Parts: sequence; C-alpha cells; structure tokens
Amino acid sequence: MSAPNPALTKLLATDGLLEEDERDLAAVVRRFGDEKLRPHLAEWFEAGTVPARELAPELGKLGLLGMHLDGYGCAGSTATQYGLACLELEAADSGIRSLMSVQGSLAMTAIHKFGSEEQKQEWLPRMAAGEALGCFGLTEPDFGSDPAGMRTRARRDGDDWVLNGSKMWITNGPVADVAVVWAQTDDPSTSSGRGKIRGFVVPTDTPGFEATEIEHKLSLRASITGSLAFTDLRLPGDAVLPEVAGLRGPLSCLSEARFGILFGAMGAARECLEIALAYAESRKVFDKSLSGYQITQTKLADMAVELMKGTLLAIHLGRRKDAGAITNEQVSVGKLNNCREAIKIARECRTILAANGITLDYPVMRHANNLESVMTYEGTSEVHQLIIGQALTGESAFR
Amino acid sequence: MNIVVCVKYVPDAQADRTFSQDNTTDRTNVDGLLSELDEYAVEEALKLAEAGEGEVTVVTVGPDGAAEAIKKALQMGADKGVHVLDDAIHGSDAPATSLVLAEAVKKAAGGSPELVLMGLASTDGTMSVVPAMLAERLGLPQITQLSSLEIADGKVTGRRDSDAASDTLEAPLPAVVSVTDQINEPRYPSFKGIMAAKKKPVETWSLADLGVDAGQVGLESAWTKVESFTARPPREQGEIVTDEGDGGTKLAEFLAKAKLI
Ligand SMILES: Cc1cc2nc3c(=O)[nH]c(=O)nc-3n(C[C@H](O)[C@H](O)[C@H](O)COP(=O)(O)OP(=O)(O)OC[C@H]3O[C@@H](n4cnc5c(N)ncnc54)[C@H](O)[C@@H]3O)c2cc1C
Ligand SMILES: Cc1cc2nc3c(=O)[nH]c(=O)nc-3n(C[C@H](O)[C@H](O)[C@H](O)COP(=O)(O)OP(=O)(O)OC[C@H]3O[C@@H](n4cnc5c(N)ncnc54)[C@H](O)[C@@H]3O)c2cc1C
Repeated sequence: MSAPNPALTKLLATDGLLEEDERDLAAVVRRFGDEKLRPHLAEWFEAGTVPARELAPELGKLGLLGMHLDGYGCAGSTATQYGLACLELEAADSGIRSLMSVQGSLAMTAIHKFGSEEQKQEWLPRMAAGEALGCFGLTEPDFGSDPAGMRTRARRDGDDWVLNGSKMWITNGPVADVAVVWAQTDDPSTSSGRGKIRGFVVPTDTPGFEATEIEHKLSLRASITGSLAFTDLRLPGDAVLPEVAGLRGPLSCLSEARFGILFGAMGAARECLEIALAYAESRKVFDKSLSGYQITQTKLADMAVELMKGTLLAIHLGRRKDAGAITNEQVSVGKLNNCREAIKIARECRTILAANGITLDYPVMRHANNLESVMTYEGTSEVHQLIIGQALTGESAFR
Repeated sequence: MNIVVCVKYVPDAQADRTFSQDNTTDRTNVDGLLSELDEYAVEEALKLAEAGEGEVTVVTVGPDGAAEAIKKALQMGADKGVHVLDDAIHGSDAPATSLVLAEAVKKAAGGSPELVLMGLASTDGTMSVVPAMLAERLGLPQITQLSSLEIADGKVTGRRDSDAASDTLEAPLPAVVSVTDQINEPRYPSFKGIMAAKKKPVETWSLADLGVDAGQVGLESAWTKVESFTARPPREQGEIVTDEGDGGTKLAEFLAKAKLI
C-alpha cells in the first residue's frame, strides 16, 4: 500500500504551489484510490480486466468524468484541477486514469466541442454521471501515428450515413454505450472522391457495430481495450458531429487527453518512488538498510529530481492552460518528458525492489508496464519529438 | 427538518499520535481530520435532508485546526458550520465538552434542534459518552448506537445491534441519536462539493458567545486527570508455530500461555 513519504513531500514542496481546493481534491482522489482501487488493482491486472461499468458511476459521483467541461452535468473544473485528479488516479493505475481520460477528454470533449445540442443533451449528462460509457475510435490497424490515412469510410445514402471499416486499440470499446468514430467521408465533387474526416456519434447497439476485446496485453491490463468493426452500419443524418470537419477534430481532443497524461504519469512515478523509499529503508542487505548505500541514494536522488521537475512542469503547464495560453507544442513537451521520465523511474524502482519488484505484490512493475502504453498512445514519444522539432525549426519531418 | 451534527476533529490515527506537556492529547503538532466515525453521522444527516426538506448544520468544539473537520463535512454536503473556538476549552473532559456542545447546538438550531446526530465514538477519546451527556443537558431523549434509522410521524426509529440481540428503539423528536459505522457508506466529497464548500457559511463562537463560564471547562475543572503515560511498546515479532503433526496442541499451549483460553 502506498503512503505519502513525508521526506519526499517536503522535498517536492508542490503543495505551496496549489490552492487549498486543489489540495483537497487531490486528497479525496488519493483516498478514493486507497479505498476503492488499490486493494483490487493487482487482481484486476492479473485478470486482465477492470469493472469499468461499476467504477464509472463512482468516478461520476466524485465529479471526475468530463470534469473540465461546463454544463450538461459536468463539473466545470480548471485544467489544473483536472490534471491533479489524473495524477492521483494514475498513481493507483494508468488503466483507471485511461478510463477517465477516454470518457472525459476524448469522447465527452468531442461531443461537447463539436456536437449538436441534441447530441449533448442525450449523452453528456449520463456520461458525466458514469451511467453511460464512451469510447473514441481514431486508430486503425494500419494507421496509428498517421491517422490521416484511415480507411474507415462514411458514405452518404440519402439522409443517412453508412459506415464501413474498423478501429483498433480502442479503450473502453467493448464496454461502451457510445462510440465517437472518426471516418473518411466520400465527396464525389472532389477529384479523389474523398471528402473530409468527420466524427460520428454511434450508439454501440446499432446493427453493424461489433466490438471485440483485445487479449494478451502485457500493459494496461486493468483497462479494457478492443477493436471495433463497422459493417454497413447505418446512421441517421444527425449522427455526424456538425461542428467540425477534418483531422483538427480528433487532434484537438487528443490534446486535452495528452494534457491529463502529463500530470498522470507523474502520479505513477510518485507511487513507485514512495514504494521504493519505504522498501529501501526496511530492506536489509549485507547487514544494513538498502537505503544507506551510496548507489541506492544516487538512484533515489536522481529519481526525486526527475519527479520534481516533471511535477513542476505539469503544474506550470496547468497554469498556462488555465490562462488560455498553452500551445500544442508545450503539451508535447510535457507528454514527452513526463512519460519518458516516469517509465525510467518505475524501472529504476523495480531494481531497488529486485525480485519482489517483479511481482504484483508491489505496484512498480505494473506501473512500468502500464507506462509502455502511456508512452505510446496520445502520440508516441517520437511523434512529440517531431512536433517539438517542427516548432523549433519550422520544418516538418513527419514524412 | 433541521439537523445538527456534532463532529470532532481528531489526530490522524494513521500518523504518530502523542500527548502534550500537560498530558492532554497533542492536537496542534499533528495531522488532524474529521473523526472517521463522525462521517457516518454526517452521511446520515445528508441522506435525511436529501430525502425531505431540511438543512444540515455541523458543530465542532476544538482548536484552530478543527475548522478542517467542518470543511470536510461541508464538502460532503452539509449546509453550514459552527466552530466553537476558545483557548479556555483546552483540556476539557467529556462533561465539559458536552456542556459547550449543548449551548452551541441550541444556538445553532435557534432554540431546540429537531434532530442531533453524533458518531459512535470519537477515534481519539473513544469514550462514547458525549451523546448521552448532551442529551441529558438538552433534556432530550437519546437513542445511541443505531445501525439503521428512520424518521416518520414525528418519531425516530432505529435498530441497535448487539452480540446477542437486535433492539428496535423509538423516540419522539426532537432527539439525540448516535450512529454506528454500519448505518451507511459515507460519500466522498465530490469536486463540486469541494468548490461549493468554499462559499458555505461558518460561524466561530467563543465561550462568551455561548454564555458558558470559562471556569466550568478546561483542564483545571476536568473530573479526570491523566497522571502519566507511556508510549505503547513496539509490536513484538509474531511467533511462528511449525506444524509437525502437533500444531493444534502447540496452538492451544500458546493461547493458554497468553491466558486467552
Ligand atoms: C492500451 C492502448 C490503448 C489505446 N487506446 C486508444 C483509443 O482509445 N483510441 C484510439 O484511437 N487509439 C488508441 N490507442 C492507439 C494509440 O493511439 C496508437 O497505438 C498510437 O497512436 C501509435 O500508433 P501505432 O501503434 O499504430 O504505431 P505506429 O504509428 O505504427 O508507429 C510505429 C513506430 O513508428 C514511430 N513513428 C511513427 N511515425 C513516425 C515518423 N514520422 N517518424 C519517425 N518515427 C515514426 C512511432 O513513434 C512508433 O515508434 C491505444 C493504444 C494502446 C496501446
Ligand atoms: C485516555 C483518556 C484520557 C483523557 N484525558 C483527559 C484529560 O487529561 N483531561 C481532560 O480534561 N479530558 C481528558 N479526556 C477526555 C477527552 O478530552 C475527550 O476526548 C472529550 O471529552 C470527548 O470525549 P470523547 O472524545 O471520548 O467523545 P465520544 O463520547 O467518544 O464522542 C462521541 C461523539 O460525540 C461527538 N463529539 C465528541 N467530542 C466532540 C467535540 N469536541 N465537538 C463536537 N462533537 C463532539 C461526536 O459526534 C462523537 O462521535 C481523556 C479521555 C481519554 C479516553
């Protein structure tokens, strides 16, 4: 079980950068994690599943689903508050934070930003309460980093839309009530015959919708991931998200989720370091505490330094976002750094726990494995390097 | 229905707890929180208020830090808070605490409250006596340690579970009721609750505001006095009984040695 490490807390001294309500929120989410999540995580991870349908209403009651959105039953928090909730949830497990991110930052944000009034009324209040689960289908088997190449097609048929194609790696896909699906539309008036990429609000009980769970994951096991298949899936004309066309739609949602991750990753790192500090103190090797050796202290010091840098970066970016001043490149800096450092910290902590570290009795290897996914989704580290590189040089090196 | 909930601010039982120089519980140099057993009383009050009309007022008697306990209850959903804060209260025993609480409850309710809810016991003093003392001082019926509670027809009815039996108890309102940790599952403060609490009214009253004579409370007038204390010895290593076919006998010997059988 994790417990705040007073020495680490004192060193980080981030509390002084946070408002009282922000600290209170973080404390509540941490306690929720202690009471409702941490006792079960090893079991869920081992079983490769999570009771998403039961957890969602609890997250809803806490006000964490779509918490940074306004109206429609959403809590209307600041970006920093949202980030701190992600941090505390991810300290328990990245899979639980993913559940919240996909619901709030991806599916709900897409509907909130680009949906019609009817779509918002129909879905957002139930999703905020955790009564309805959403997923976000952008990635395809052959197109991840380069979603513009997607093959899923939406064809106009009278007033209706007809979807064909598939999506892959979709968090919450097999348990969702509604899928926000991004598809390439046809447009006979263009030379290629292709129109813009559009988003569709697809109830998962629509005939032609099929979700299959992806098994044998070694990472993010306490999260449900699936592939989606659409076979002549017929939707009414008003199922399209009316307010956006083009890749800007999904990418702007991803930017929201990335922002949550740059906080979340530091939660996973903090948890590992807290565990390693306690372990090093109690573990005796060659007649004294592991924590008394210079090699151990070098590890612990370096990890604390990176944790502190990453946490400060997250709070800095949170304040910039709340000031309306954040840029996508800055989000990339945070996502790149904090995932990269978090996974390093998790792995280093694993060395301190040695054999015990490879079990589910301690969360460190679970976190390290989870962070492989966290580094990959919402833009891989390489993609963020390319984004930052382009911002610095003015040259795009994507192709 | 207007409900007053008495909540206590206690040192965090997860952290190190100690006594001050004057042999009273150290409440200033430690992390404190709303006594976890009082969360059940708050939750029950919120459920009653949500089911009908009503307002929930939380009252605490305690040092500066006790404002935290009020804040937590307000974040859970209580409507307003009262903090009785006076240096003269330091070291008060249960009779004195109940005296202060009685005046605070009356003032908070503007006369007589319709229902006073309290916890099973504080997690620091753990005497379970303040509810009974408060009821006596208010001249109200008391039903303590309820594991279920219902309000109907001007009466409060509830179940008190003991090892051998379950009693169903009833009292006319207004009444003082204490509840156990079996009665409900306290909610977490929600994000909205945390934000809303910042705007909820909290009044701070001194003994003078309550018309209580400082000479009736505090360490000097306490009926009991802690003469000395020693820290609990560190937990000893457990004894492992290896079963070589005689495990049962060895276990019995161990229990007999510890005078448990
Ligand atoms: C557990 C999990 C959950 C997920 N959930 C969702 C979800 O809910 N919704 C969703 O839509 N997607 C989801 N994804 C998909 C995720 O977003 C993609 O995996 C990610 O975008 C990377 O795509 P890819 O796996 O196809 O890798 P690829 O794009 O095939 O990349 C392969 C490698 O090439 C590198 N690369 C790519 N382009 C370049 C370049 N231009 N220059 C140099 N290197 C490059 C990448 O960085 C990577 O190292 C999830 C993934 C995982 C693992
Ligand atoms: C070992 C020990 C030593 C003590 N030493 C001293 C001493 O040296 N000098 C001395 O004067 N007293 C002493 N006390 C008494 C101590 O101060 C009590 O904690 C206090 O009077 C309240 O009693 P309780 O905490 O046991 O409450 P309980 O009767 O267990 O509390 C039941 C309920 O009453 C309510 N309640 C109790 N206190 C408050 C409060 N302050 N504000 C609001 N609601 C409240 C809550 O709803 C609570 O759940 C001692 C007690 C013990 C057990």
